[in-house]
Amino acid sequence: MDFEIGPGLLNESVLWTILWSDVLIFFLVGAITFFILSLKKNPQNRERWQQVFSTRLGMSSFVIIMAYVAVALVDSVHFRKALPSIPAAAQWQTSEQVFYSNEVNSLLDLALGEMGEMPERTYSAPFALKSWNKENLLLPDGERVRDYPELAFGGSHLDNPEDFSRDIVVNSLLGIAKGLAIALLFIGLHAGWLKKNGSGTTTLQWRAGWITFAIIMAALGWLVTMGNLYHVLGTDQAGNDTLYESLKGIRTGVLIGTLATLITMPVAITLGLAAGYFKGWIDDVVQYIYTTLISIPGLLLIAASVLLFQVWINNNPDYFEVGLEKADAKFLALCFILGITSWTTLCRLLRAETLKISQLDYVHAAHAIGVSHFQIIKRHILPNLSHIIIISFVLDFSGLVLAEAVLSYIGVGIDPAMASWGNMINMASTELSREPAIWWNLCGAFFLMFTLVLSVNLFSDLVNDAFDPKTKLEAA
Amino acid sequence: MTTALQDNPTEVARSTTEQAAATAEKSLALSVNKLNVSLRHAPYMPILQDVSFQLRKGEIYALVGESGSGKSMTSLSILRLLPDALKITKGSIALPDTDLFSLTEQEMGAIRGKKISMIFQDALTALNPVQTVGQQISETLKLHTSLSSTAIRERTVELFAEVGIPEPEKRVDWYPHQMSGGQQQRVMIAMALACEPDILLADEPTTALDVTIQQQILELIKKLTHSHKLAVLLITHDMGVVRQTANRVGVMYQGKIIEQGNCGDFFANPREAYSRQLINSLPDMDDYLPLKVQQPLLKVEDLAIHFPVRKGLLQRINSYTKAVDGISFTIGKGETLALVGESGCGKSTTGRAILNLEKVTAGDIWYNNLRLNSMSRREMLPLRKKVQVIFQNPFSSMNPRMTVGDIIEEGMVSLGLKLSRTERIERIEALLARVKLEPDHRHRYPHEFSGGQRQRIAIARALAVEPDLIICDEPTSALDVSIRAEVLDLLLELQRELNVSYLFITHDLSIIPHIAHRVAVMQGGKIVEQGNTEQVLNQPQHEYTRKLLNAMPYVY
Repeated sequence: MDFEIGPGLLNESVLWTILWSDVLIFFLVGAITFFILSLKKNPQNRERWQQVFSTRLGMSSFVIIMAYVAVALVDSVHFRKALPSIPAAAQWQTSEQVFYSNEVNSLLDLALGEMGEMPERTYSAPFALKSWNKENLLLPDGERVRDYPELAFGGSHLDNPEDFSRDIVVNSLLGIAKGLAIALLFIGLHAGWLKKNGSGTTTLQWRAGWITFAIIMAALGWLVTMGNLYHVLGTDQAGNDTLYESLKGIRTGVLIGTLATLITMPVAITLGLAAGYFKGWIDDVVQYIYTTLISIPGLLLIAASVLLFQVWINNNPDYFEVGLEKADAKFLALCFILGITSWTTLCRLLRAETLKISQLDYVHAAHAIGVSHFQIIKRHILPNLSHIIIISFVLDFSGLVLAEAVLSYIGVGIDPAMASWGNMINMASTELSREPAIWWNLCGAFFLMFTLVLSVNLFSDLVNDAFDPKTKLEAA
Repeated sequence: MTTALQDNPTEVARSTTEQAAATAEKSLALSVNKLNVSLRHAPYMPILQDVSFQLRKGEIYALVGESGSGKSMTSLSILRLLPDALKITKGSIALPDTDLFSLTEQEMGAIRGKKISMIFQDALTALNPVQTVGQQISETLKLHTSLSSTAIRERTVELFAEVGIPEPEKRVDWYPHQMSGGQQQRVMIAMALACEPDILLADEPTTALDVTIQQQILELIKKLTHSHKLAVLLITHDMGVVRQTANRVGVMYQGKIIEQGNCGDFFANPREAYSRQLINSLPDMDDYLPLKVQQPLLKVEDLAIHFPVRKGLLQRINSYTKAVDGISFTIGKGETLALVGESGCGKSTTGRAILNLEKVTAGDIWYNNLRLNSMSRREMLPLRKKVQVIFQNPFSSMNPRMTVGDIIEEGMVSLGLKLSRTERIERIEALLARVKLEPDHRHRYPHEFSGGQRQRIAIARALAVEPDLIICDEPTSALDVSIRAEVLDLLLELQRELNVSYLFITHDLSIIPHIAHRVAVMQGGKIVEQGNTEQVLNQPQHEYTRKLLNAMPYVY
């Protein structure tokens, strides 16, 4: 799906490209926001969320998760830049016709400046000024030597390599200051808004949230400033900036977590509810389906489906204009397959809980006042299952982010055209066996993935404590 | 309260000399002095306030009060097993020779089970389902005595015989689920007695049991108190149980003991208004409702409901459980029929069959002249507003995620009552006022209400569609005694004003004269006796009815 927009925001004409996964991610964010707002109506739910956010841990991990989601969203607005018109070809085209680059960029690329457009020739260490490998160099006096060449972009602004450490300190402080300034601006606005609208008695841990936000912004400010001058996390084999690749991997990670979980949900909820509520032959059918599915090794099923889809993509190249669209289709297929193979656990849980709830008096009472099956499920059963759904959503999320890494490692994961942590970790297997080892590639992916999964897990623990009626009972 | 305590010894002395002598003879087993318990994170909210009482050997001390008054917390404090959220702030609990609060946790472990033991309300959940009952008793014996394994088995059999379990040699090897509720409670008592404790704490030991079994268990506890010289703390909410078993009584209200004294004196002459209310909450047995002669509204003929028992690999139907086995009765317009029986006799199944929520095996249910049991869900819809239901447990009968207004409104909407939104709100407010709640309450959620208030909301929900017949399935058995009377009075008042009929399903004979015009006694899926309330209660014809009536606890 492409549509053209003339010169506008970017001062040159761009072709806005909307990938299917972009549509889905915005749709999902909208749906989740709507869902949370609808939960707010119920005071019981509001109280529970309040419990989650009145712990410092809950607030901090939520801010971190939101930072990831924000990066993923910014990275989901894609466009293709116009190519500069070539005078020689001008005779072949009408003056208005513009050709667009084959490379698809996103708003994140704009925000990161030139970080993505500083390719070196091959590996270079973090903050290095010279390449990692020796090459044949032609000196100005015509002599050939074998030495480490200067990097094309990393540290190229320096006139004198002696200034290196001073330059780093100055630019670091500058970057952090920029980040903090933006953070303080937002915090100030928020604090002012709270003072005006919010009641003073709130127990929410805003301060923890602000501190986390300030730290994230400072880190981002530093990374962006330094990333435009040096290769903060070095470069990979093809000379791409590792930091840039890791940041681009956020979108893939977040998307695979949410998309696959949300594909799981409708299947699990529909089948689980139907089996538990109607019982009889419907229950039998659903049970047979999921026991069959469980008994096939999940990895085998996923690998088989991904390979099948890969064949389909290769046979129908006309459907995809650029490489990223192809990668995107494969990515969506992967999410879909992951979702389809992992609904069984939730389905079983929901079936059991529905069996229990449908025996409760209020469901009988609803039958007695002639409420229809659909309304009983919608009004009496589904809302009472929401805690299970929320808990398993958050828990499954981190599992799926990790699953992507595993699948990429065995080679049935994300297309190499798309940045993903799994692919980076996959590459690291050979890099770590070199001597001296190349550690930064793994490091970038590992650190970002670790932070995301850890904060999601911490957050899900708190959500679990607040929503699980069993822990409520024990506390009482 | 403190004055009541100081008065107590003198009062005992003042009462009949015979009793005073008897009390003095009995030696002290445990004394609780000015016990204070509060929530750990909110010390200003006392759970128990200056609770003091003594337990004496060979005597039953009954602690009476409504749910939430702090009775169970008192017994847990004695064992030092309070939940983590609670903390003892002041006071002492002492055996004659030791102060329990000065012991280490390990020393306390030796006291629990050996000197002080406990019986719980629900025997089935207190027994481990995967161990035989014999093993569970042996465990206690192994822990606290040095007997050999054959001696332990002998002792277990002996204990079983003592608590009146038939064929004790055989039943020590049974699993808990193979025994009836009464026998499970006997096992619990045997377990509590295993190490010959001095003190027995019984927390609502008979609340989960049927009346006939309740009586047997109480007799057993009474017998053991005398034969073992036990000091028993009996916690209960049932004044009838107190009257029958206790030697001394303490009334607990909001964490305080407001009155204590000898059982006889207490019932003859209660000092506090609250105590009087508790005693009077037992309905008068001589006051019968006048009979009405009406044309039948609901007619049940030879109703039978059998549940298939499936067995084996192919789940073939092996036999049938006859939940309801050929019963017939009628209910007239504006009349109440009480369906009485013990748990598992098929009373609730009958109620559900009338609501068409249960598949009928044989027989007919006629409403006016419509046959209900062959109707489909769709055909039944217009009749749904004629027959309504009120359930036993007010905590599970309402969706916790809907407001009270939505709960009451649901029936009006789904049964297609042609009302506008404002009319419905008016109606909801009128209904809430009718069941003596505030109109504003429609915005609240069920968890904000007490049990009695919730039961009123359930009544309002049933009334919302203007039914002719309401099936009341044990509507008062989950409620405290003082609230029970209010709910019953409300039901009566509504019957007078709206001329609705009730099918009143209950196991509690004591409330029947108050509420029912006619009674049907059910046993094992059959109606063994039915007739006018006065006639059935005063001249019971069937042996089972007589047994039920004898087991009923009386206050006077």
